[in-house]
This record gives sequence, structure tokens and C-alpha cells, in this order.
Amino acid sequence: MATHKSSKITVAFMLMLVLNSFSSFAQLDTEEVIDESFNPTEMIMHHIGDSHEWHFFGEGEDSFTLPLPVILWTDKGMVSFMSSEFHHDTEGEHIVEANGQKFVNYHGKIYVLNEGESELDYNEEAHAALNADHPFDISITKNVASMLLTSVLMFILFMGLAKHYKKSKKAPKGFKNILETLVIFVRDEIAKPQIGEKKYMKFMPFLLTVFFFIWIANLMGLLPGAANLTGNISVTVALGLFTLALILMNGNKDYWQHVFWMPGIPTPVKPILAIVEILGVFIKPIALMIRLFANITAGHIIILSLIGLIFILETAGVAAISVPFALFITVLELLVAFLQAFIFTLLSALFIGMAVQEHEHH
Amino acid sequence: MDLITPEYGLFVWQVVVMIILIVLLTKFAWKPVMKAVGEREASINDALASAEKAKEEMANLKADNEKMLQQARTERDEMLKEAQQMKKNIMAEATEDANQKAEQILEKAQAAIQNEKKTALAEIKSQVAELSVQIAETVVKKQLDDKKEQMDLVNKMLDDVKLN
Repeated sequence: MATHKSSKITVAFMLMLVLNSFSSFAQLDTEEVIDESFNPTEMIMHHIGDSHEWHFFGEGEDSFTLPLPVILWTDKGMVSFMSSEFHHDTEGEHIVEANGQKFVNYHGKIYVLNEGESELDYNEEAHAALNADHPFDISITKNVASMLLTSVLMFILFMGLAKHYKKSKKAPKGFKNILETLVIFVRDEIAKPQIGEKKYMKFMPFLLTVFFFIWIANLMGLLPGAANLTGNISVTVALGLFTLALILMNGNKDYWQHVFWMPGIPTPVKPILAIVEILGVFIKPIALMIRLFANITAGHIIILSLIGLIFILETAGVAAISVPFALFITVLELLVAFLQAFIFTLLSALFIGMAVQEHEHH
Repeated sequence: MDLITPEYGLFVWQVVVMIILIVLLTKFAWKPVMKAVGEREASINDALASAEKAKEEMANLKADNEKMLQQARTERDEMLKEAQQMKKNIMAEATEDANQKAEQILEKAQAAIQNEKKTALAEIKSQVAELSVQIAETVVKKQLDDKKEQMDLVNKMLDDVKLN
């Protein structure tokens, strides 16, 4: 029974990977038809970047795209409309009028045109719009939608798990058992050894949330057409800042003493070490942010590059090599998805553990 | 540069979603799950400890039983020995008693026999004397001339005595 189930899962994974490759093909195919010259950088950046609409396949008006709400905070208050009103335009040509203002989408960024202007004047050299402002954009972008989807999935999974315990005290079966095992894994392999038996309970909610959020988001990112959520620097910066905030809020006297005035070393060295230690406080979460962002984005770039090779060399024969390679990397990414969630959580726990540790005074 | 420039909108969303996730999941998922897992672990540990205790108790009970059995056995042996001893004693006593009584009875019987004998002898003596006198009297009375007849008479009388 168990082997039967696992083989089913394996088949599902394989199918997913194959679909992943195909969807990349489909997108590339149509792109090539539209603007004859294939630009791999643009293609890759489009795939790993954020966007105001959730594009699955196809191009232009015929594409299969999920429109998402655009929410802007402008000088005249909140403005909201669906991204489909741009009609897939990202060159700043199609103007959407809302709340008495004119909006254009230029390369994924939304600009509000100044009063009286009817066309966006964008200076490529300065990377700035000359006659428009970039309002505070809190749209439900592809990444935000993906984030919300991940959250909903987490609620469904873990409230379901919690519900199980209301009915019975026994260990759950099947998928819930996997979830429970992972919860225990986070507790016994991450929180307890890094933070210590006495204080780990306080940080469990954060560690569990961050672990499962990153893991599920990583896995969702591997699905065809999905967003590159955990490979987005904004997301990893936010996650890293949570760790930093917990360190700053929970650091005890000992910790700050070790940062600012390290005991047990000659006095002249102390200020030098203090500089290093203060920098260290911030570098630790920054390293977390960059590690997660770079690992996930790199994985996506490798897969897209391998598929892109076919179109750069313009021979289908390359597919014989690059598709199995992309498949291999995708399988590797499944491992990386878990590994990065584990490493982020482990290092967060380690840094928090260092901040709350009770030093033995000799 | 877009790749490594954080977008404020996405950043704000991530912070807000993360806070909501932490708060709601803590209330509705992590706490009940951690509690249930903790309780289950505690109950497993308790069960193991109590099983160990029960095992120990069982062993103790077994040892106790063994001890009690041993004790009972020795007690039984002792009781048997005692009973045997008692039996021997009783028998010895009884034998002695019986012997004594028998002796006493014998003594009494002998004494009685002696007495009877004495009395009988005395009686015999007196009867013999009387008979002698009677015989003599008769002999004298009849004053038989015939010697033979006299002898017959004496014999006859003696026979009579014998018959008595």
C-alpha cells in the first residue's frame, strides 16, 4: 500500500516536471514567433521576476493570463483596477484612466503620468520616467498572489492537522503524519538544539511558520507557470528582517555585552571587535536573505538557461541533452527547496539561540 | 538591477502576510499541534515508565511468591517433622503408659492371685482339716472291723474331696 502510494507520488512528480519543461517550451515558442530575435536574458528575467498579471501561456491578447488587481497609493489616494485593463501592455503605451489619473505599465512598473501628459517619456539612460511618478504599489502581483496561495495552503494543511487532535489523541495517518513529523523535526532538530530546552517554545511559532512558508513556496515555485516567490529579494528581505527583529527584541544582557564590549580580551582590542560584532548583527540576517534569494533564483535561472539553449542554438536536437539536464536540475531543486527552508530556519534558530543564550560566568 | 532591488509593495505584503500567518497559525495550528504532540509524548513516556514499573512490581511479586512458597515449604517440612516427633512422643508415651498400666494390672492381678491363693489355701487347709475330722469321725463312728472296707471308705471319701 505504502509503496503503491509513493509510486503514485513519483509519477505525479515526473508528470509535473515534464509539464514544467513543456510550459517553458510553449512560452518560448510563442515569444520567438512574435519578436523574431530571441533574447534569453529577457526571457529569464521575465520568468523569475514579478508581474502584475499571472501569465500561464500564450502571447498578447490570446494568452492565458489571470488578471490580478492593481492597487496603488497615489497623491490622490488609493486607486485600484484590474491588471487586464493594460491589455498585456508593458511598454507604457496603453493608458488606463482611473480616479482622474492616467496610468501606464512600463516593464512591469506602473507609473502615474503627471497632469496634462498623454504619453510616457522614459529615459533609458537614467532609468527614470521624466514626466511620471512611480506611486507606492501595493498591487496583488503574481508574487503576492502566490504568497497568499501559499498562506491559504498552510492554513488548510495545518488547521487540518490541528483538527485531527481534537478527534483523537493518536498519531495521524498518511499525509498528516508527514506534516507532524516535520513539525517534530523543526522542534527536535532545529529549535531545541539551537535555542535550548528552556527557551525554544517562545520561538516555535516563528520557526515553524517560516520553515513551512519557505518550503511550500519553494515547491510551488517549481510548478509550471508558478511565481518565483522565495527567489524574490523583497520576500527574503522581509523574512530576514523577522529574524533580525527577534534577535534585537530578545537579545539578553550577555549578548549585548559580547557585542559592544567583549569580555576577556585586552581593552584596546575591544572597540575594534565591537565594530565587527555590530556589523555581524546585521550581516547575519543579510546573509540569510541573500542565501535564500540566490539559491532559489539560481535554480530557476539554470533550468531556464538549459531550455533556452535550444532556442539560442536554434536546433531541436539540443533538447535531447538540455531537457534531461533541466529535469535533473528540477529534481535537484526539490531537494534544494527543502534544504533552503531547513537552512533558513536552522540559522535563524542559531542566531536567536546566540542572542538568548545564558553564558556561564567563570 | 531589478532583480536585487526590493519592491516596497511586495515587501509590505510579505511582512503583513507573515505576521498574520504567525498569529493565526500559532492560535489555530501550532499551539494545538505542539500541545497534542507534547501530550502524546508525555503519555508515551508515562506508559513506558508505568510498564517498567509494572514489570518491576511483577518481578517483586514473583520473588515474593517464591519466598512465600519457600517459607511455606519449610514451614510444612517443620510441621511434618514436628508432627512426626509428636507422633513418636505420643506413641512412646502411650507405650510407656500402657506398659505401666499393664504392669500395674499385672501387679494387681498377681496380688489378687496371691490373696486368692492364700485364701484358697487357707480354705483348703480348713476343709482338709474338716474333712480329716469328718473322715476320722466316720471311721471312728462306724468302727469297721474290716480293714479293707476301711480303706475303701477312706478312698471313697478322698474321691469325694477331689470332686469338690
